[in-house]
Amino acid sequence: MREFLLGRLNAHALPHEWFTIGGSLAFIGLTVFAIIVITRMKRWKWLWNEWFTSVDPKKIGIMYFIVGGFMLLRGGLDAIMIWLQQALASGSSHGYLTANHFQQIFTAHGNIMVFFVAMAFVFGLINYIVPLQIGARDLASPFLNTLGFWLFVAGVIMVNMFFLLGGEYAATGWLAVAPLSGTQFSPGVGVDYWIWSLQISGIGTTLGAINFIMTILKMRAPGMTLRKMPLFTWGSLCSMIMAVTVFPLLTATLFLMFIDRSFGAHFFTTNLGGNAMMYTNLIWMWGHPEVYILMLPSFGVFSEIVSTFSRKAAASYMTNVLGMIGVSAFALSVWLHHFFTMGSSADVNAFFGLMTMIIAIPTSVLFLSWIATMYKGRIRFDTPMLWFLGFVALFAVGGMAGVILAVPPVDFQLHNSLFLVAHFHTMVVGGVLFGIFAGLSYWFPKIAGFRLNERIGKYAFWCWVIGFLMAFTPLYVLGLMGATRRLDHYEGSTGYQPFFIMALFGGIVIMIGVALQIVQIVASIMQRHRLAVDNADPWDGRTLEWATPSTPPSYNFTVIPTVTSRDAYFEMKQQGLPSKTVYENIHMPRNTASGIYISAFAFVAGFGFVWHMFWLAGIGILGMIIFTITRTFNEDTEYTIPAAEVEKMEKERAKKALTAREGKDIGGDEDMTLRQFIVIVVTWALSVIKEKKWRTW
Amino acid sequence: MAHMVVAKHEDHEEAANDRAMFGFWVYLMTDLLMFAVLFAVYAVLHGNTLGGPTGRDLFSLPLALSETLILLTSSFTCGIGMIAARAGHKKQVLMWFGITFILGLSFLGLELKEFAEFIHEGHTLSSNAFFSSFFSLVGTHGLHIISGLLWMGITLFYVAKRGLNKHMVRKLGLLSLFWHFLDIVWIFIFTVVYLRAFV
Repeated sequence: MREFLLGRLNAHALPHEWFTIGGSLAFIGLTVFAIIVITRMKRWKWLWNEWFTSVDPKKIGIMYFIVGGFMLLRGGLDAIMIWLQQALASGSSHGYLTANHFQQIFTAHGNIMVFFVAMAFVFGLINYIVPLQIGARDLASPFLNTLGFWLFVAGVIMVNMFFLLGGEYAATGWLAVAPLSGTQFSPGVGVDYWIWSLQISGIGTTLGAINFIMTILKMRAPGMTLRKMPLFTWGSLCSMIMAVTVFPLLTATLFLMFIDRSFGAHFFTTNLGGNAMMYTNLIWMWGHPEVYILMLPSFGVFSEIVSTFSRKAAASYMTNVLGMIGVSAFALSVWLHHFFTMGSSADVNAFFGLMTMIIAIPTSVLFLSWIATMYKGRIRFDTPMLWFLGFVALFAVGGMAGVILAVPPVDFQLHNSLFLVAHFHTMVVGGVLFGIFAGLSYWFPKIAGFRLNERIGKYAFWCWVIGFLMAFTPLYVLGLMGATRRLDHYEGSTGYQPFFIMALFGGIVIMIGVALQIVQIVASIMQRHRLAVDNADPWDGRTLEWATPSTPPSYNFTVIPTVTSRDAYFEMKQQGLPSKTVYENIHMPRNTASGIYISAFAFVAGFGFVWHMFWLAGIGILGMIIFTITRTFNEDTEYTIPAAEVEKMEKERAKKALTAREGKDIGGDEDMTLRQFIVIVVTWALSVIKEKKWRTW
Repeated sequence: MAHMVVAKHEDHEEAANDRAMFGFWVYLMTDLLMFAVLFAVYAVLHGNTLGGPTGRDLFSLPLALSETLILLTSSFTCGIGMIAARAGHKKQVLMWFGITFILGLSFLGLELKEFAEFIHEGHTLSSNAFFSSFFSLVGTHGLHIISGLLWMGITLFYVAKRGLNKHMVRKLGLLSLFWHFLDIVWIFIFTVVYLRAFV
């Protein structure tokens, strides 16, 4: 009976090690703090009505940014712990982590950074920007979008659940290679948490991707043919098409692994006919394209930024588009380069090696297209452009390292070495993450209504670039010296330690960069009136998102624009904007909580499966079915804003926009310096302590 | 003026239908890719019987053929039901989809009978890799049939209750698409799993 009710769950699962206790306290503390603040401010209703149940892709985009931002800090903490352990654990010192705990940390680091940071930001940007760029009022299926987001949140909670219950995460590496991830070698719940956090958020990704394909292909403003579509939207479309192509493979593979672990099947086991290498093949068929799913929207961001900040239309637009399509197509046929050492025949390895080298061609085409755009442009060096230039430098290095790794005989030497770790971090940080930061600083004025502090932004940028080079150049060297990845300890005679210490310092510089980014946002909020954007178009933008007010109303466009050329908004500015607006009724989707309920039950089901409480999993599945049915047969999902109401709202907005820059800011007239910021914060903190201000809180 | 507003609203609905249909096609393709993995896994593992019985020893062709014919017929009746739905004949819709439902149920019954026999003889998911891949491939199709039946039952309930309005016709359209899709997947299962065992 006990086994039926609680499955594998027992008192031993409660936190009892320093990191689970610490993690639990941190999460419980943060939750309690958030609950107290929200309750004191009486914001629950507002949060629920305006944010949680919202179907507005702009709000969902912002929620993705917030969750992704927190997860970046969480994954960054893992990174620092890895660096510290490796800098310490030489010779007689074994560092401060046990081998098993170290393995869990690098696994969690990889999962969190790829699934819950990069994917979160990419989906956030697509959510916010794509509808604006194509002149749409909402998405093809607003409901699928909120469902996708909340499934993602369920995955985020699931990946952190082991702190509270279970005490261990998967210690298998981020892709949980078989047979290590089978019950024989990983009997605990760690791998099950891994499976279900990825499964739930992965299904959310598939649904979101279907939705964006529908939206981009079916909801563009009149006149916007595919050849006139902005390049970020093109990048997103390519990325989403790849997502619907490969995420089902992940879903199926995780499903098989789940049957293996929970019901004793033999897909990936070492006995009774299972085939572990099949797992490696299947997971990388998803895993390699996944990297490009993250990369392509960043390529799109860079195309937009280069064109805007060079004050020129994107050169060789069609080549750029073909480059992105080429990358997407080739990305599907290179997965085997992750395991040349599997022992396939020379022909197979040669094929995948060649495909991997060929993929460098469409990527280089993109680079040439950006360089051609900058050629004879009048370039401005604001932070978004700096992120682009940093990306060019790092990505070129990382890309060439990739081409080296694509040669099978070389790969046999470098396989699973730190050279590889350095390579893919250069691609994912220098490519994906810099693209995200570039996009966020470029579109921040659109999202918030005021631009970011340029000065502190530049400090943050330089910390990232210098810190990155300090942290990962030693890893290239270490890889060539023979250091394998995932080392929790090494002999002093190897001579690795100075390089690992160097890498740790690089990591610390990156941390300073992250801190500066947080400072940048806070300082910008302090000066929000001064930094407010005058005409909603701070960068002299070229694409349609800049045609809307900052921040855009829920319906994005009062009148859906008609597009006649590529840089639609630039064209409009040249011809003069139409003077008189004819208001019309606007159909908008109603808010819904169904997505939250379905995701909550998905979480319950996943939790039940992790602990083998199958009755609980049954309840979870039943709940999902019931809420899906009620949602599907709800025919009242839209409402209409009458034209008169739209006109009233627009006039109020125009009035407000006039006074956006009025108001007292802290600090001077210029963008605040770091010194000013510190002085202001310290003075404020001192005054709080002196006058005991907290009594009034 | 009022006329124009109505026309615009209908355009809006028409576009939404069009998008839903397109989105559902994309979803079906993702589902197909999931089956592709299961087929690939079956292709790799079906020989790993470790001396135990193979598909040839176990499968009954008459059973698989009757399953196939039942499912094909159900696709046919589903198609007729759709024609009735487009023509707005509520009673015929209920009848033809009702027949489809019963055929689907009997297919499921036969499949469960086959599974039960195997399990009774001691062949389960965990016996060996062949059975793991067989049960998961055919079973996943079975799970899809179950969801299809659930969906069909509920849609028919609402058609009976709310009548055959536009929303219902749209939902029936998506449902029939799903049903035909399951039929196509089954044709592949019939070929790859059952027929191939006897080649």
